[in-house]
Amino acid sequence: MNRIASTFSSLKQQNRKALISFITAGDPDPKTTVALMHQLVQAGVDLIELGVPFSDPMADGPTIQRASERALKHHVGLKDVLALVATFRETNQTVPVVLMGYANPVEAMGYANFAKQAHEAGVDGVLVVDYPPEECAEWVQCLEQWDIDPIFLLSPTTPQARIEQVAKLAKGYVYYVSLKGVTGAAHLDIDSVNRKLASLRTYINVPIGVGFGIRDAQSARIISEQADAVVVGSRIVEEIEQSSADNLLNNVGQFVQSLRHAIDGTKTDNSLREADS
Amino acid sequence: MKIYNLPDAHGHFGPYGGTFVAETLIAALEELCEQYEHYRNDAEFQAEFHRELKHYVGRPSPIYHAKRWSDHLGGGQILLKREDLNHTGAHKINNTVGQALLARRMGKTRVIAETGAGQHGVASATVAARYGMECIVYMGSEDVRRQATNVYRMKLLGATVVPVDSGSRTLKDALNEAMRDWVTNVENTYYIIGTVAGPHPYPMMVRDFQAIIGREAKSQMLEDYGRQPDALIACVGGGSNAIGLFYPYVGEENVRMIGVEAAGKGIDTHQHAATLVTGRPGVLHGNRTYLIQDENGQIIETHSISAGLDYPGVGPEHAWLKDCGRAEYVAVTDEEALSAFHTLCRFEGIMPALESSHALAYAAKLAPTLAKDQLLLVNLSGRGDKDMATVAQQSGISL
Repeated sequence: MNRIASTFSSLKQQNRKALISFITAGDPDPKTTVALMHQLVQAGVDLIELGVPFSDPMADGPTIQRASERALKHHVGLKDVLALVATFRETNQTVPVVLMGYANPVEAMGYANFAKQAHEAGVDGVLVVDYPPEECAEWVQCLEQWDIDPIFLLSPTTPQARIEQVAKLAKGYVYYVSLKGVTGAAHLDIDSVNRKLASLRTYINVPIGVGFGIRDAQSARIISEQADAVVVGSRIVEEIEQSSADNLLNNVGQFVQSLRHAIDGTKTDNSLREADS
Repeated sequence: MKIYNLPDAHGHFGPYGGTFVAETLIAALEELCEQYEHYRNDAEFQAEFHRELKHYVGRPSPIYHAKRWSDHLGGGQILLKREDLNHTGAHKINNTVGQALLARRMGKTRVIAETGAGQHGVASATVAARYGMECIVYMGSEDVRRQATNVYRMKLLGATVVPVDSGSRTLKDALNEAMRDWVTNVENTYYIIGTVAGPHPYPMMVRDFQAIIGREAKSQMLEDYGRQPDALIACVGGGSNAIGLFYPYVGEENVRMIGVEAAGKGIDTHQHAATLVTGRPGVLHGNRTYLIQDENGQIIETHSISAGLDYPGVGPEHAWLKDCGRAEYVAVTDEEALSAFHTLCRFEGIMPALESSHALAYAAKLAPTLAKDQLLLVNLSGRGDKDMATVAQQSGISL
């Protein structure tokens, strides 16, 4: 069982829901990324989605666009992101890491070359936003050869036939985009998310994570009642953006911890200290 | 050449094209494919499209023999397909009329567009006014600054111009932002893409609407010259005017097809937009095609004196025509294009757009190598009034 499957299976045994956090690799700078990943784990994150910076992040709202631009100022490319994952793996062999990004950096590296290097770095899954299922048969094959899960998006507008198609390809978990629009948008309709999740479960056998528009502990808690995982991205990136170098780890940790407690239905105990790596 | 029947049902031109978009856009694209497939074969739709092209756009555009210039160059004869005489002054309107008619039939009340220099924005604002639709145009803030006159034209036509501050603040960023708008407002909004790029069905659909250029040329050539030209020459940014001219000629193997890209300050300077000449395949803006990119797959900012050619990608059909050898792609510099601009003004009394001046510059190189009875058909894709300030600035004159 790979890290993603075992994470979801042990959470299920404990009757808990997963908290997935997104940060962009290299934001605000490459030397902070690994410390930030350890801090996320310490604060209660079950799986880390690590954004691969891209010059043209079409599906992202302004917050994650800016994160990408900050990382690109440091010339953080796909190879650097893999190196950051490898460093994280030196001291953490359990928490799954999923790369999330756009097609072109992967195209530039080559599918087979990427899959092998990602496996060696300790990557567990990859979500390429602009590889829909019909364009990525060869890509999925390359990933599976190296035991990396292809993660797919589903949206409120995805028709049933496509849901079935995604169900056949998806490994690890699927990422349900809970609203129309780009990352970081603000109008989440929880009832419609819950209705959609119920119908998705007819076809999808892997866990379902819900993201886009989850901005606070309350929305995280409500979404976690129906979803297997809650994905929070833009809101964490905002914490990073608004923090100084001194309080960045602490601020992100506090915020993530509040999400964790909301999802688990436990109280905040302020016991969090900065991760020491 | 074998029978040419591209793209396939999923928008592929060989390995290029396709639908590389986030899941959130798939349903909108499927709806568009379905509706376009229906209306491209609908006699009533086609009749209305051609009626509009005739009475609103002013088609057919003539083919003009630039005799004085040809004599001066002393070789083959240069013929100009006069797309500059269209309403709004460029070929862009052929496509926006077609897409606006489609948007209306799909019940969309709001259209959005991206624009670089502002030509496609103006053409979109124009048809939105003509058909009574709300129009939002995304334009990089850098381009808003450089193209103030076109911004004002769009506003006069009733459009809202939204400056885009992300990335390099130019055309590609405007396109990113238009995509984001479309994802968010997909129910009532139609996205009018201005070139033969983007996800399927845009490259095919925009080509089909622009193919009126080549179809007219074929019958005009036969009528006026009794034969087809020896070569077609057109500038290529995204490539819509070029594909419009080339597509009906793909099966005519004796007709060379030459696409001219922007070499900017030179293809060895990194300040150019010669995608097919210097780039390598990748995925951007919904399709697989040649791209100007660094070794990490990041898209590099391009440069051309002509904003309409200043784009790091190119239509996937051009990528395929290059790989299979049916079309040739070359690049000319800012300086060569400017020189052709001035020459056409002086020899023919025609002020070409700086984009089209790239095609003219290559024609000026090729013509002297040809016999006097050989014919070069150049797509004069737009007029140069919009470029007055740029040209003046290059000559050290402030207007």
